[in-house]
Amino acid sequence: MEVMKQVVEFFSPIYILMLAGFLGYEIIGKVPVILHTPLMSGTNFVHGIVLVGAMVALGQAVTPLEQTIGFLGVLLGAGNAVGGYFVTERMLEMFKSSKGQEK
Amino acid sequence: MGYLIETVYFLTAALFIVGLKRMSHPTTARSGIVWAGYGMVLATVVSFVHPQITAHIVTTNYVLMVIAIAIGGAIAWWGAKKVPMTAMPQMIAIYNGMGGGAAAAIAAVELLKSHGAGAPETHVFIMAVAGALIGAVAFSGSVVAFGKLQELKFFKDDAKFRFTGQQKFNAAVFGAAVVLGLVIALSHSSSGALISVFFLLALAFGAMMALPIGGADMPVVISLFNAFTGLAVALEGFVLGNSAMIIAGIIVGSSGTLLTLMMAKAMNRSVSNVLFSNWAALASGEAQAVTGSLKPMEPPDAAIQMAYASKVIIVPGYGMAVAQAQHKIWEMCKLLMERDVVVKFAIHPVAGRMPGHMNVLLAEAGVPYDLIFDMDEINEEFSTADVALVIGANDVVNPAARTDKSSPIYGMPILNVDHAKNVQVIKRGKGVGFAGIENALFFADNTRMVYGDAQKVAAGMIQGIKDLG
Repeated sequence: MEVMKQVVEFFSPIYILMLAGFLGYEIIGKVPVILHTPLMSGTNFVHGIVLVGAMVALGQAVTPLEQTIGFLGVLLGAGNAVGGYFVTERMLEMFKSSKGQEK
Repeated sequence: MGYLIETVYFLTAALFIVGLKRMSHPTTARSGIVWAGYGMVLATVVSFVHPQITAHIVTTNYVLMVIAIAIGGAIAWWGAKKVPMTAMPQMIAIYNGMGGGAAAAIAAVELLKSHGAGAPETHVFIMAVAGALIGAVAFSGSVVAFGKLQELKFFKDDAKFRFTGQQKFNAAVFGAAVVLGLVIALSHSSSGALISVFFLLALAFGAMMALPIGGADMPVVISLFNAFTGLAVALEGFVLGNSAMIIAGIIVGSSGTLLTLMMAKAMNRSVSNVLFSNWAALASGEAQAVTGSLKPMEPPDAAIQMAYASKVIIVPGYGMAVAQAQHKIWEMCKLLMERDVVVKFAIHPVAGRMPGHMNVLLAEAGVPYDLIFDMDEINEEFSTADVALVIGANDVVNPAARTDKSSPIYGMPILNVDHAKNVQVIKRGKGVGFAGIENALFFADNTRMVYGDAQKVAAGMIQGIKDLG
């Protein structure tokens, strides 16, 4: 049983990888051209989750060098997440249909 | 605590997926980014009490974390709010680069500290190194892309960065980075010197990869770096055992790759062609001679032609973006629509500097998206249009793409503007487009050239229509 558990533990990230890969492909495949730039920006925001990893890395840092690099990592990650969000939001805010405008 | 973290990460992944799904339709797109935003806030907040941090709490690290988030967030927020819509592509590039840099930083911290007992297994090292390489390339490459699109002086001249044997040189740098990365991974080394050289090589390769690429091809490259960052984030997610990073990173990696391929296809080029060659070399082939003459027209006359038309199709290009003419153009369209002229907008997939860039600019001016049509939807309609108005677009309406086999853009799908009864072209001067080739459309019998800055021309047209009463 112990061996089986290890095998499952080894494979579950690989399953995540495969399923998430197909999912990303499917989501983009149905997007109209008019949303390509906002969507590229949106996916750019989503990988801002790197902030979380940078926080964990900085939290574990011991030496000043590790702390410096970790600090830079969190700073860059926060920039990615915050900047990605507001750029995307600004673009999407502008999408209105003519029906919406008449109201 | 572990269960709380994992539950929230699970929720975050779900919110990201739903958010991206909603972003894929215009009416729900706005809510999509908000959903994804909630996910990001949740994940960030709970990460302060991540068990990997709370195991050995170092107060300084917490202080640094808060300061870094405050500084990074504030600068990015300010930049995102201030930037004009025309500069969106380079902002996406720079924020993407930051993500790649963050992934590389995670890898650096993990590599530097992983020594002694309890060191991770070799496959973890390999993933950390791979993520570091990809992240660093995305970082420096995106910074160069930003500099080029921002038209910073240093990056102005593409030719300056081209030299013979460049590809071999780049390949050698890349190869050296890979070899060094493998050495670090297989020997479980935490030598600061080795790791520094490795990162320098990776950063250098990213910059050199982007330097010789011309502005017209930049969207494809930015999109590629976006996919790279996603992949780097996923790899570092494996290293840290962070499922939210794995899922989000892989989704971005795969969707970014598909988006890159779609962009390259719309430009009739392969991704490798964009990366490893340049227009200048391609365009040197002999193009067919263009016959005819350029026939100028004044804005008021152009306005009258449109005012008495029953259908006008507008083809915006990068020239409209540069002149910030979208507001004036829409104002003119509204006047035309009051006169019962049918007005439609036709968008080429690569008009502007990114797919959908024109749509964003038109949306900014308040053009409803149901008046905006993709190339495939509207191309048949040009033959029924009385006037096709081309604003600062060139290569995407060049009929040479259909007829001239020696043309570098031969085979690229184009808007069939030349099928309209009358064609008006707003253009600043007589120069050629990005591809550096003459456009036979401008010399056609039914084409009139309206020279001038697009915004001023549009103002002249508005006046022309108003004068009709």
